[in-house]
Amino acid sequence: MKENSDVQVHQVANELRLNYGPNKKFITVCAGTGCRAYGSLKVKEALEAELKKQNMNVEVLATGCLGFCEKGPMVVIHPDKYFYQSVKVEDVPEIVSKTVAKGEVISRLFYRHPETQKTLFREEDLPFYKKQLRVVFGKNGMIDPTRIDDYLTIEGYQALAKVLSEMTPEQVINEVKKAGLRGRGGGGFHAAVKWEGVRKAHGEPKYVIANGDEGDPGAYMDRSLMEGNPHSIIEGMIIGAYAVGSHEGYIYVRNEYPLAVTHLTMAIEAAREKGLLGKNILGTDFSFDIKINKGAGAFVCGESSALFASIEGRAGEPRAKYVHAVEKGLYDKPTVLNNVETWANVPLIINKGADWYASIGTEGSKGTKIFSLVGKINNTGLIEVPMGTTLYEIIYDMGGGIPKGRKFKAVQTGGPSGGCIPESLLDIPVDFDKLYEVGSMMGSGGMIVMDDTSCMVDVARYFTTFLQEESCGKCVPCREGVRRMKEILDDICAGKGREGDVELLEKIATGVADGSLCALGGSAPNPVLSTIKYFRDEYEAHIKEHRCPAGVCKALITYSIDAEKCTGCGACIKVCPTQAISGEKKKAHTIDNNKCTRCGACIESCKFESIIVK
Amino acid sequence: MTKAMSIAAKTKQIVKKHGGDKSGMIAVLQDIQEAFNYLPKEALKTAAKAMNVPFSRVYEAATFYTAFSLKPRGKNVVKICMGTACHVRGAAVLQDKFERTLGIKPGETTKDKKFSLETVNCVGACALGPVVVINADYHGQVTMKKIDKIIDNINKEGA
Repeated sequence: MKENSDVQVHQVANELRLNYGPNKKFITVCAGTGCRAYGSLKVKEALEAELKKQNMNVEVLATGCLGFCEKGPMVVIHPDKYFYQSVKVEDVPEIVSKTVAKGEVISRLFYRHPETQKTLFREEDLPFYKKQLRVVFGKNGMIDPTRIDDYLTIEGYQALAKVLSEMTPEQVINEVKKAGLRGRGGGGFHAAVKWEGVRKAHGEPKYVIANGDEGDPGAYMDRSLMEGNPHSIIEGMIIGAYAVGSHEGYIYVRNEYPLAVTHLTMAIEAAREKGLLGKNILGTDFSFDIKINKGAGAFVCGESSALFASIEGRAGEPRAKYVHAVEKGLYDKPTVLNNVETWANVPLIINKGADWYASIGTEGSKGTKIFSLVGKINNTGLIEVPMGTTLYEIIYDMGGGIPKGRKFKAVQTGGPSGGCIPESLLDIPVDFDKLYEVGSMMGSGGMIVMDDTSCMVDVARYFTTFLQEESCGKCVPCREGVRRMKEILDDICAGKGREGDVELLEKIATGVADGSLCALGGSAPNPVLSTIKYFRDEYEAHIKEHRCPAGVCKALITYSIDAEKCTGCGACIKVCPTQAISGEKKKAHTIDNNKCTRCGACIESCKFESIIVK
Repeated sequence: MTKAMSIAAKTKQIVKKHGGDKSGMIAVLQDIQEAFNYLPKEALKTAAKAMNVPFSRVYEAATFYTAFSLKPRGKNVVKICMGTACHVRGAAVLQDKFERTLGIKPGETTKDKKFSLETVNCVGACALGPVVVINADYHGQVTMKKIDKIIDNINKEGA
């Protein structure tokens, strides 16, 4: 019976693969959140209409996110794999009549190398993609996430079939252990250790949960996996459930990700129909099913015990950490909670083997990690790189450096629990341990790049404000300590900083870190401490000289107009909401600082960059 | 009176759909908000009774999660993303602009009930930053000029 299930999946996959042979002509359109906002669904509709008009029977797939969000909407023409970027509806007739019909290329739609100006035809030629290793995330571009058959053609559910037909639960756990898979949600805990704990724990039922409550601001890779390849997460969870002996699973998805909920729901239903989920999976005696729970906008619910409380229908307040989730998790039963990216790595480990997986990465961190590379960077988007890639490679080789030739200042990793890393540390290899060593952390994978126009005190204030709002309020050190830190930072940014504030911040930070109940408070001081450590001079400029070197903190800056650059066009006069700017046409204008609120409207309106911020 | 009754009837229906059990609390509140655009007091009271929990438990959940609103919201909900990527690309400046243009602060609704202004801690579209989500539409790389256009368009449509 067990052998049958294996044969069953392989047969289906082989039949399907015939439909997608290497010479098949089809078109993929990226339908990730970024490309959708740029109008990719309209491009897809236009392609379908145009193909029909020109009597061509070519399939158009709306795929998951391809990562290069900066250049969306992206259209790939198969089998030649021509990679068109920033495609507009107006480009569609030409794409169909030239590229699809005759195989001719349209050179203006290709990406041009910013330095060599060379036209690059395929995804793998682009500097953004060249150093990436997209073993988990790369599959997004090959499938329509709403169709299970697409997933089956790319070895989907083969790992599950292998596990159910050839492996014991212990062997599965050992394989994951040998692979060295660590949790992608932030902490980097070894997945196999959790699994083993739950397998051995007493108490029924046992639960398997995927944490899709991606709350770190500046991170959206989990969203792109849930939206772009939901089956990879589900397959990973089924394998995990088999390994620990669970029959009930949950996926907890952020409230802000409605499309992820839709795609996951469709995927779960399709998997049930194919006998991959539900009772007697693939004809074996193993049963497992998954429910979806939606969050309701609380950052703290990404913390394990708060997440359990939320699924149970309560306010998401964490509990003390001496109670372990592997023994008493959801409804006080043994529970495995892993992040969605962690689950998506599991089928890969089974398919390619632990040795292959462990050959990627560093000594302590194996495999790849998906990062969201955003902020002040030329190539914004999602990247997947082997653990151990340096920050420099990520920011300059893949990210293409800082826009407008400005100077790099810091990269923030790990969300509100992480820290800011300065230029002097750009050559560190990125892995769980190294980031922790320099005062930051991996977190779920946000990398926010900042240039010399970002104020590091303001960034610390930003994260502390965020954490103060999101603190659940249960324990005093976090509730009161973070609030006090925020008040001090507010004062510093408002020009009311006092000598000794920095030392006071450091002192409170220690108390908050030591005394808080959960990781939110425990790591809350990191953004403050890391900015003090690496950018103390900025704090001092604010406090001692009442000066914001980056020109961000409104109370410490003034606007003026560079008379040499100003052409007297009057654009700033029109947009100024407080009528603070005056001047005759074609003569340099001036700003009345008593009226100016430093709202930035004039800066945006000035084409000659003549507004000076000091 | 009839309105209150219809709220109660709808709420009972929603509670039933989620199994009538308190573990469905968050989903129940989400559905109530979807039905009425906010959480009416009447609905919360009905839900508490139907799920057999004290009103305080429902109120606790309704006020803990930021996605829930106890006040009626405007026809168009403007959500300014406050994520880190948007922050470093000037989200605060856009917030000022919306406050000036609409004459309201985050959490408030205009008198004509046309707009509500909200801030969100990251909508997960970081590559497009700064981002503003209006109803279900994502607007990327937003500038002050774009804001004027977007609001003009909505006003025109509504007129």
